[in-house]
Amino acid sequence: MGFEWLAPLMFVVALILIFSGYPVAFALGGVSLIFAVIGISVGYFDGHLMLALPDRLFGIMSNYTLLAVPFFIFMGTMLEKSHLARDLLHTIGLLFGPVRGGLAFAVIFVGVLLAAATGIVGASVVAMGMIALPVMLNNGYSKELSAGVITATGTLGQIIPPSVVLVVLADQLGVSVGDLFIGALVPGVLLAMLYALYATGVAVIKPSAAPAIPKTVREEEHGELLRKIFLVMLPPLLLIFIVLGSIFAGIATPTESGALGAVGAIILAALNGRLNKKALMQTMEETAKLTAMVMMLLIASTAFALIFRGLDGGIWIEDLLINLPGGVIGFLLLANLAIFILGFFIDFFEIAFIIIPLMVLPAAHLLSPMLGVPESTALVWFGVMVGMNLQTSFLTPPFGFALFYLRGVAPLEMKTEAIYRGAIPFIGIQVLGLVLLILFPDLVLWAL
Amino acid sequence: MILDEGISASASRIEKVSDFFGKMTWYCTLLMVIAGAYNAIVRSLAGWAHIDPSDASTFKRVLHWVGEVARQGSSNTFIEIQWYFFSLIFLMGAAHALKTGAHVRVDIFYNRLSRRAKAWTNVSGTLIFLLPFCALMIGTSWPAVTDSWARLEVSPDPGGLPRYPLLTIIPLAFILLMAQGLAFAAREALHLFHPPEPNHQIKENGI
Repeated sequence: MGFEWLAPLMFVVALILIFSGYPVAFALGGVSLIFAVIGISVGYFDGHLMLALPDRLFGIMSNYTLLAVPFFIFMGTMLEKSHLARDLLHTIGLLFGPVRGGLAFAVIFVGVLLAAATGIVGASVVAMGMIALPVMLNNGYSKELSAGVITATGTLGQIIPPSVVLVVLADQLGVSVGDLFIGALVPGVLLAMLYALYATGVAVIKPSAAPAIPKTVREEEHGELLRKIFLVMLPPLLLIFIVLGSIFAGIATPTESGALGAVGAIILAALNGRLNKKALMQTMEETAKLTAMVMMLLIASTAFALIFRGLDGGIWIEDLLINLPGGVIGFLLLANLAIFILGFFIDFFEIAFIIIPLMVLPAAHLLSPMLGVPESTALVWFGVMVGMNLQTSFLTPPFGFALFYLRGVAPLEMKTEAIYRGAIPFIGIQVLGLVLLILFPDLVLWAL
Repeated sequence: MILDEGISASASRIEKVSDFFGKMTWYCTLLMVIAGAYNAIVRSLAGWAHIDPSDASTFKRVLHWVGEVARQGSSNTFIEIQWYFFSLIFLMGAAHALKTGAHVRVDIFYNRLSRRAKAWTNVSGTLIFLLPFCALMIGTSWPAVTDSWARLEVSPDPGGLPRYPLLTIIPLAFILLMAQGLAFAAREALHLFHPPEPNHQIKENGI
């Protein structure tokens, strides 16, 4: 009939209109409807397909995997709002502080474990910035190192399990959450170690940029330290290890672990005397709003996908990606480049819901023979790569989300240029990580 | 001016309803967490019911007894209630999220717009995107809802919950979102025609 161009046009128009600044979910839903109407009126789209919408919506409502999303948001937010994350940073800071660069280790450690891994880069970087930036600057750390460590770990926390981003990514890729968690574990920890290595390097080469905390400050709380290690540091670590361990050991599903983790976070807050009405209400409010935001985005993306595929857009984009010049290399280059550039402007969830579904089929088809593993395993590797790539994107000036949000909570005397300069070494580390991931896929695949 | 106040008052009334349901969803998160943890604990403890109760060891008999209790306590009712709460949270919370600006925007250009241009974006976005999308969701879910009521549809699993009340939430949620969208657009439109603070206008003209 000659209306094959409707789907590509729909894709481009949707991308452009998302940039209007109107809430993404509704812009996407609105564009989809407009193109459905056009498609029906020219006779290229079967309107009955729209009746599948309530079924799809019901599928989202009763999706057992996605149920883990609010649980992990609740857990992360509770740890933050009850100030347990802040206490943890202070304690680890006291522990490592006497060493040059020690405070940077503490930030990396806490960021990776506890950075409110709610999937919103802004929220995570802002939280880390508010907790860690004053501590680092007051103790004489250079602005560059502080900014780099905070933005890099704040974004890394997003892709280290347990994380909401990995849950939705697993759902969109059609792989198990447990597999993606375990696949992301080693690359994530590797990146954190590279960050720590870099901080050590700075401390050795330029001691003034990462000084030890002076003795007078330390001795004030010296007697308290041991008690704090047991009461403040170990319990949250234990909580994370139990949550992850029960998933990896196959004792609990990620959804069950998330629910138990959320209750565990409440209990921890209570044991520390930090469970008050304010913290609980803030956690509930934050969880409800973030859940509503994420799920509305998913519902609209589902409508988009339904109509886009109804206009044969699925076939178009999958043909395009599979038949790229250079085969699998061409696909990896294009996919990484597209995700990297989109990551300047749109957050994890939009990319996971809108872009990733279009790449699943070609990725499985092309990567499975390259890696020599079944398609579902190849998709786990692909998911980890996407996460790492996006994280790099969030760190890259001038658009990087993370830098932008740190700017918002940084003191005025901290120049934007300092934030940019601070991020550059970490971008280098990210690229190294990505290259390692591609050269040694076993970093992800070893456990699958 | 009287018209303005009328619009403002209507918007406030709608916002109150959005807030009411929004706050309800806050409590749903806690209830959902409790239900989820209960299900997880009961499911793992129920495995102990397989331990032989005639064993001589008192410890094993106690484990068996705990397992039996857990098995009795586990039911599809609680398993389904957690995703009923989940659905309530994002369906009934969507309007409140719109009111409080919780729906994510790609703000790279939006942030640089004047207040007036932002108002234009919000008014036209609501009219072109939000309202038709809500209408689509209401229109397509309506047949499924009436069908579910006609059959008084219940979960196929034993002990499962009735489906028709939950399905009814879908059009209700999008009607609420539509109303909140109208309130939002109206407030933004008022902003467009009568900027409330004179300071604002001076600053914008200065750009």
